Amino acid sequence: MTEEKDFTLQNYLEFIQNKKLMGTRCKNCGELYVPVRKLCIKCNSANMEWSEMAGKGQLAAFTSITVGTPYFIEKGYDRNKPYCFSVIKLEEGPMVSAQLVGVDESKPETIKIGMPLRVKFLETEIKGETKIDLGFEPV
Amino acid sequence: MAKLARKVALVGAGMSKFGRNFPLKRNPDMWVEAWLSAVKSVDNGIEPKDIDACYVGNYSSDLFNHQGHLGPQMANLVGLTPKPASRFEGACASSGIALRQAIIAIASGIHDVIVVSGVECMNELPTALVTDTLATASDSLFEYPAGATFPGLYATIASAHFHKYGTTAEDLMYVGIKNHENGAENPFAQMQQSIKQMMESKMARYEKEGRSVPDWKDEFDFLKSSSNPMIASPLRLFDCSLVTDGAACLFLAAEDIARNFTDDPIWITGTGQGSAALSLHDRESLTSFIATREASRQAYEMSGLKPKDIQIAEVHDCFTIAEILAMEDLGFYEKGKAAEAVRNGDTKRDGPFPINTSGGLKSKGHPVGATGAAHAVEIFKQMRGIAERNRQVKFDVERALTHNLGGSGGTCVVTIYQK
Repeated sequence: MTEEKDFTLQNYLEFIQNKKLMGTRCKNCGELYVPVRKLCIKCNSANMEWSEMAGKGQLAAFTSITVGTPYFIEKGYDRNKPYCFSVIKLEEGPMVSAQLVGVDESKPETIKIGMPLRVKFLETEIKGETKIDLGFEPV
Repeated sequence: MAKLARKVALVGAGMSKFGRNFPLKRNPDMWVEAWLSAVKSVDNGIEPKDIDACYVGNYSSDLFNHQGHLGPQMANLVGLTPKPASRFEGACASSGIALRQAIIAIASGIHDVIVVSGVECMNELPTALVTDTLATASDSLFEYPAGATFPGLYATIASAHFHKYGTTAEDLMYVGIKNHENGAENPFAQMQQSIKQMMESKMARYEKEGRSVPDWKDEFDFLKSSSNPMIASPLRLFDCSLVTDGAACLFLAAEDIARNFTDDPIWITGTGQGSAALSLHDRESLTSFIATREASRQAYEMSGLKPKDIQIAEVHDCFTIAEILAMEDLGFYEKGKAAEAVRNGDTKRDGPFPINTSGGLKSKGHPVGATGAAHAVEIFKQMRGIAERNRQVKFDVERALTHNLGGSGGTCVVTIYQK
């Protein structure tokens, strides 16, 4: 019963590890939050419920990064193999940050804002452990 | 927005040389350098006994230098202990917040004179760790795991601005070229060269070394070449501010005693501060900073001035796109119109509305926690008519504004100054 889980960041991140993109919906005013919020900032209600996202959306903004973070360098990205950081507007309304894959990162001019995307959970092996990060790819 | 209960004057301002020092200068070294520079600027002199409190803006000495608790550390360097000494943190807006809190404390009547400062020593760490430390000002739970770097977040904003308003990478180059032209005239700047000068010296070096000399007709050719590598599309190296060590120092005094220090006080007539969600995805707009709009709304209302009344401004150009957003969000230009103004040369120091005469963060440098105070140093010089070399604007500055932004827009402080 997902509804019984507390509305914490840890539980949100654990859902991602289980390849589920979850948000919380305010039972009072209906506002939807992804990532999770425990308190509705529209109506101040703390009466929330978990809600699973369909994992569809469109590209709101992005960049192709050649000088990356230590985590992405560890994942194998560098100047010759850039990666895309993106902001995605979900079909349900909220926006999320995620890596954009399945595009030509070395030709950012071919990546179009507004393009339809779907969720793709990205598995990375680091020191023998599999970590799952939120990603999106073109439909 | 209420007026300040008591007027507050800027009576002195100075800074250390910005840059990368060999051998290394640590926070206390640079802080004293800025203090001495500010003391020298006070017409009738100022001494520690005149000062009631010491406010220090600093972003991340904890991670950059393994040192917290900078307030008393700095205060003691000039004999201000046991007076109150505090550090303020708001990422790149840290000393803007220190300035605002000093204004509020003086206006309240609690203190009469406060030394406001900012200091950051970033080069004690290797570059990769500097970048990682800066990333802690963005959202570490959601943006960082998705690969966000600081240039990456501003590049993301740029992509949305380009898409919505047709702004181009070339527009951004005009911002960098202008700011470097100003920084070349600032003896305290980290990079005291125009982009054209850098291009020409590179060509001369290639020629001397017998290598094939690149066929660059102007700065734009140079900026579009591999000499200006992509960092995070569409932002290249010359769209990014610098990794800088430095400090800046200001003296604020209450109206009743300001004239003890100078016959020529600069009045701070407006202060405002705004905030926004740390994550870009949590904001309503990707092309406008709500924290800037809120901070400037408060400052304009308090001062009774409108954007068109402001004659010069120092805005937070941590990336070239940030100067474009600031010009729009501060109300100087309509949304989507700032790039055209930059192309027209309106914001050059001989243009109708000079912006970042100091060289900006791009050329003067960006010691994160010192930047807000350094903005005020440039305004002090321009309003006094004492800006060094050839960068003094050609008209009397009666009304000026500073804009200090934290992180990727999570904090903003706006200050308005009048003669």
